[in-house]
Amino acid sequence: MASGIEGRADTFPKLLMRNARDRAGRIAFRHKDLGIWQSWNWAEVAEQVRGFAQGLKQLGLKRGEKVAIVGYNRPRLYWSMCAAQWLGAVPVPVYADSVADEMAYVLDHAEAAFAVVQDQEQVDKILSITDRLPHLRQMLYDEPRGLRDYDHATLHAIESVIADGAGALREQAAAEVLDREMAAGQGSDLGIILYTSGTTGRPKGVMLSHTNVIVAAEIGCSFDGLSETDEVIAYLPIAWVGDHVFSYAQAMLAGFCVNCPESPETVIDDRREVGTTYAFAPPRVFETMLTLTMVRMEDAGALKRRMFHYFLDVAKRYGEQILNGESVPLKGRLLYKLGDLLVYGPLRNRFGLTNIKVGYTAGEAIGPELFRFYRSIGVNLKQLYGQTEAGVYITMQPNGEIKADTVGRPAPLVEIRIDDNGEVLYRSPSIFGGYYKDPEKTAETMTADGFVRSGDAGFFDEGGHLKIIDRAKDVGKLAGGELFPPKYLENKLKFYPNIKEAVAFGQGRDYATVAINIDLTAVGNWAERNNVVYASYQELAGHDLVYDMIARHVDEVNRSLAAEPMMGGAQIQRFLILHKELDADDGELTRTQKVRRGFIAERYAPLVAALYDGSRIADISTEVTFEDGRKGVISARVKVRDARTYPVTTEGAPAPARAA
Amino acid sequence: MNAEPMTMTGTPIRDTGEVLLSVEAISLRFGGVKAISDVSFDIRKGEIRAIIGPNGAGKTSMLNCINGFYQPQEGRIVFKGERRAKMRPHRAAAGGIARTFQNVALFKGMSTLDNIMTGRTLKMKKGFFWQALRHGPAMQEEIAHRRVVEDIIDFLQIEHIRKLPVGKLPYGLQKRVELGRALAMEPELLLLDEPMAGMNLEEKEDMCRFILDVNQQFGTTIALIEHDMGVVMDLSDRVVVLEYGRKIADGTPDEVKANQAVIDAYLGVAH
Repeated sequence: MASGIEGRADTFPKLLMRNARDRAGRIAFRHKDLGIWQSWNWAEVAEQVRGFAQGLKQLGLKRGEKVAIVGYNRPRLYWSMCAAQWLGAVPVPVYADSVADEMAYVLDHAEAAFAVVQDQEQVDKILSITDRLPHLRQMLYDEPRGLRDYDHATLHAIESVIADGAGALREQAAAEVLDREMAAGQGSDLGIILYTSGTTGRPKGVMLSHTNVIVAAEIGCSFDGLSETDEVIAYLPIAWVGDHVFSYAQAMLAGFCVNCPESPETVIDDRREVGTTYAFAPPRVFETMLTLTMVRMEDAGALKRRMFHYFLDVAKRYGEQILNGESVPLKGRLLYKLGDLLVYGPLRNRFGLTNIKVGYTAGEAIGPELFRFYRSIGVNLKQLYGQTEAGVYITMQPNGEIKADTVGRPAPLVEIRIDDNGEVLYRSPSIFGGYYKDPEKTAETMTADGFVRSGDAGFFDEGGHLKIIDRAKDVGKLAGGELFPPKYLENKLKFYPNIKEAVAFGQGRDYATVAINIDLTAVGNWAERNNVVYASYQELAGHDLVYDMIARHVDEVNRSLAAEPMMGGAQIQRFLILHKELDADDGELTRTQKVRRGFIAERYAPLVAALYDGSRIADISTEVTFEDGRKGVISARVKVRDARTYPVTTEGAPAPARAA
Repeated sequence: MNAEPMTMTGTPIRDTGEVLLSVEAISLRFGGVKAISDVSFDIRKGEIRAIIGPNGAGKTSMLNCINGFYQPQEGRIVFKGERRAKMRPHRAAAGGIARTFQNVALFKGMSTLDNIMTGRTLKMKKGFFWQALRHGPAMQEEIAHRRVVEDIIDFLQIEHIRKLPVGKLPYGLQKRVELGRALAMEPELLLLDEPMAGMNLEEKEDMCRFILDVNQQFGTTIALIEHDMGVVMDLSDRVVVLEYGRKIADGTPDEVKANQAVIDAYLGVAH
């Protein structure tokens, strides 16, 4: 399937020019600015990118050099990727919310010669680390606000760079030279370096060629039948492989429109205005939308609330079957229709999912209830399993074969093998060419026969669907030999709207314990309704009534664990509520918001000790980093509670239950 | 490849020009209470001027005199070289003075957008008839004004609350909306009455950033009252200190900090 297009347009600049030829008048990019959706069609985008490439060339960008791209999803930042690729340079998107120190590492490691950034905040951040970036020569910015009085010797507005380039291109000779630059590019050239957020250690630069990314995009486009009439909203970090494939590669390939929201806070409203047909989001995004809705419903009038809950029950019973095309009694169908009119339709509209053809969730396991909720109200939400090293796709769920607890069948062109230790290995034409400047790590990850080690443990169920349990190295055992899958526990807890984050401990210990982060939105609203007075996050987290509420959730999780084979031994015996929110700035979460368990265990060592030594209270003080890099210390006294555990009910489960 | 490391600096250029407004020996009494007695100072074009002092020193009264809400019994105020006799607040507004209030004074039931649009009222030229019709020339005018307002919304980064009623917003955001409304008047002189009161650290830092940006980008002269000394000393070019309605010091932040009278006023003195 790769060969068809490859012959003609094997790089992204070539794809862009193809689009400018074949669908010149179709809208390619929209950006909401000053309250209005500004738009560019493919012909205009091609004009801009050509001008941009020429401008970069005049500033001295050479083939093979790296261009760091820092900022939120802005059309000009996507264009800068294409403009760099035009000249054979390699774009390196960087997470916009990284603190200066993290950014210095990536930019230095990538040897970025140019930096294209969004605004003053990023310019300041990079200026503060220039002494650590010997390779950096030029910096370009998108939004001029606040930058007027800066020294513009090596600092340029993107707009003026494009204008300069476009001016020079009026000369026939210059235009021909530039076109030759594009023609010189090949599919096998290094197209992009994506730094993985690094659940462990420093980020690694995943090198993907144009062909890798184009093949990945083809897999997705053909699997779900994407065409030029689709609409997506680009709001996930541009440094993440998911956004790169969905908002850049697939848009270029299929020719659909990419919508850039006004600001990170307005995404939900903007999505509603656009009515996207194709969506991609980590479970967290779906979770937040649902939590907000549930919280608001609590404040709604009694009639509305009862109607809402009644029809949600109807949806729970029939919704998924209807979506899967299974047979449903007539009464159920009629009730569902009515519910669709009164509740689900408006709800989908609220979420901006009215026109959605297919939505994907990936990045983390999604709570089964959460997943079913969206499907039951008629959103075709599916799961996929992917990695940066795979150019994203490893497995996907085909329509009609959707299960909450699996990640689907191998994607087209992908071969999967399960290693002896349960690790998932995969091979496809879209897998990466290695880690940038790190052959050792590359050798560790790639097998001799060209498979990539995913680092995840999983198995195929009887239907041929892959089931991921956890990171291969994280699936542990308790001291008594019972299976201890930390992420599995955490995900079960995180399904409750009141729990934002959970960290499970238990490897090599006698029993499993968790540290919990409450969700301030949900618990704060609950507190307001129940007259619970609090002055700070810390105070709310330590409140006895909050502990009671969380204890009930833990209890339910234990009950469900007791009913599952193999998992009964991992019931939670003790828990505590953390006094501060886990934060990526403090290194407790990765930039994609995954918990870094080991780091947390170290940082909160006194608390972990208290979970196991039976004490009811523990003191802790932790250093926190503010956004501007300053540090402070917060200290707290944290309570520890015991939880009830249940006898394991499933036959064949080895672990005996303990009463706590 | 001769890779020359980047050298850039981001130091803004301070350029304060001629006197924009001068307060000359004004006194204000409410019956027997002397709120301000014989105070003189000036505000230069383009500067950030702070008015500080302990509670009840007459700071807000001073702002109220400047924008014409109070009429001082003695002394005079010269704005843009023009001596002002009796002056009403709306005249001050039309003349280029905008302000925010110590207690937020927004239309709670209206959206952020509409609140900021009210700041453009004085600049709307079409008559009531056209406005009511909301068609043709009036629509053109409204679009032009909406553009200015959208620029301000972008500037203050409040896109996400554009359509929300301001009464529902947290305090810090309401303050920001109020600043937006004042900016919508495109004032030459912006009076801020405790712009950071009741804010947490992060909101304060944001607000400082906005005040500095307004000053640098639009060249707006700013007079502000503020209790947070850290903020005052960092932001302002010059500070005037009032105590019991009298001026006790006037100068750069460093001069004021070293002034014995100021130290006594703030820390108290043994009598």
